[in-house]
Amino acid sequence: MPIKQLSLFVENRPGSLSAVCKVLKENNLSIRTLSLADTQQFGILRLLLAEHEQAREALEKAGFIVKVTDVLALEVPDRPGGLADILAILDRHQLSVEYMYAFTFGMDDKAVIVFRFEDPLHAIELLKDEPIKLVKASELFR
Amino acid sequence: MSEFVVPNRIFDPAAECMERGERAKLQAAGLRRTVERAGKIPFYRQKFEELKITPESIRSAADLRRLPFTTKQDLRDAYPFGFFAVPRAELARIHASSGTTGKPTFVGYTRNDLNLWADLCARFLVAGGLTPDQLVQVSFGYGLFTGGFGLHAGIERVGAAVLPASSGNTQRQILLLEDAGINTLICTPSYALNLAETITAMGKKNKLALRYAHLGGEPWTEEMRAGIEEELGIRAFNNYGLSEIIGPGVSGECAARCGMHIQEDQFLVECLNPETLKPVAEGEQGELVITSLNKEACPIIRYRTRDLARIESGPCACGRTTRRMSRIRGRSDDMMIIRGVNVFPTQIEEALLRVDGTAPHFMIELSRPGNLDEASIKVEIRQQDFSDKMEAMHKLRDRIGREVTAITGLHFNIELVEPNTLERFTGKAKRVIDNRKLND
Repeated sequence: MPIKQLSLFVENRPGSLSAVCKVLKENNLSIRTLSLADTQQFGILRLLLAEHEQAREALEKAGFIVKVTDVLALEVPDRPGGLADILAILDRHQLSVEYMYAFTFGMDDKAVIVFRFEDPLHAIELLKDEPIKLVKASELFR
Repeated sequence: MSEFVVPNRIFDPAAECMERGERAKLQAAGLRRTVERAGKIPFYRQKFEELKITPESIRSAADLRRLPFTTKQDLRDAYPFGFFAVPRAELARIHASSGTTGKPTFVGYTRNDLNLWADLCARFLVAGGLTPDQLVQVSFGYGLFTGGFGLHAGIERVGAAVLPASSGNTQRQILLLEDAGINTLICTPSYALNLAETITAMGKKNKLALRYAHLGGEPWTEEMRAGIEEELGIRAFNNYGLSEIIGPGVSGECAARCGMHIQEDQFLVECLNPETLKPVAEGEQGELVITSLNKEACPIIRYRTRDLARIESGPCACGRTTRRMSRIRGRSDDMMIIRGVNVFPTQIEEALLRVDGTAPHFMIELSRPGNLDEASIKVEIRQQDFSDKMEAMHKLRDRIGREVTAITGLHFNIELVEPNTLERFTGKAKRVIDNRKLND
């Protein structure tokens, strides 16, 4: 149950992020969460939204380069050591994290962390018997 | 304080001040010899047959008009030694200019060619104040580039002493200038300006014995000259040449500084409209097209330099009877000279092709924030180039940078940009934005 993430190439200059958001607004699309990896000259904007396919079409039509990537959303207890415990499990399975970002939504005692693994399906397989809850798209975007 | 009188000296008065009618006879004989020598080169032999040209049919320099042109591409097509007219055993030296696909263009010299070249460099050095008692620092690179070795031999020919510093390491260059008590500096104009400003910043201006600079290898302006002369309290002279012809020594300024005297006993220089290839009117700007008259290893006929300049034929106060050419005012092709290195946009395209099979849209941007050239390439990202992983994007950028350096020999800043952000052109694409202000 990977989640579809949209990645966009954006230049590091005034107005480049707002151009993306303007397209989404015009199409009445709401972002669940985002993360921006930036360098001095350019950045990679990663977006999670419910209507990812519609968003991809609109953004590509507006001239953006968009890539759809499978990511996993893991539930993390909001307490000291919550993330440490999960990372220890990933280490034990020698799962290396390409990148990750966290967000909270609507739950008092839990956060969601989005993980990008090289092979998400393989990661799901490895983690299926571990005490880790994979958040489904239907839960994330309800 | 930089205003001091440069004495009017002439290295070879017989050649440089020759009566013009006399020189014309010499040129006709030289042109005949060149046609004879060039007949050993397959490219020319074929052209001569097509055009029914024999050495005997050359009666005056005006017969030049019947001869075929030679382009850089012709030289490239004959890589490596297809334009050499002498057997290997007669070669004394090989130099090279940068090519467009990583392969250089070789030029050969016989013993006599090297001797001639040293004389030609001596002529412009003496015209610009060099005397045997001076100590000269050569800050051109020594290597395949003709600048270092060419000037070196010219200085020795004059009888002055050479300090072959070669290029790079500004702090060390300044240490040498100061501690050796250098009188004359040889380098590119942009490097001279860079040295001048560093010397001023270090407060060393008054500790130097520097009086003269002979600058070449790239276009520059009167404004740059004023800056260099003011900053260092010296006199800076312009000279011109290109490896395809011989290297530095085709022309150079005299004390009057009203253009660069063309060494017309050795070269026929035409100034042509680059479109029609007909001569431009006297004093108008055109492309310089050059024919050698005495070179043995690589005789060259009507070489299209792509350099734009004006030619003046009026008399000069110095007494030389040769015509004079203006500074290079531009190019009739898209070649750039970056830090003294020739670069064509097609080389950048070639590098991008090597990265991914098809070249994306790109734009080269040149600037000179201090006194040294900065070059960047903006490359539009395409779907197949894009990854959500930062590491992959850095790898792509670094790979482009490496391929560009492998082909051009220069470092470019690579900037990845969003698709459709670079200007599109109908017809011939404009690939270069040059913000350096190289022409007056």
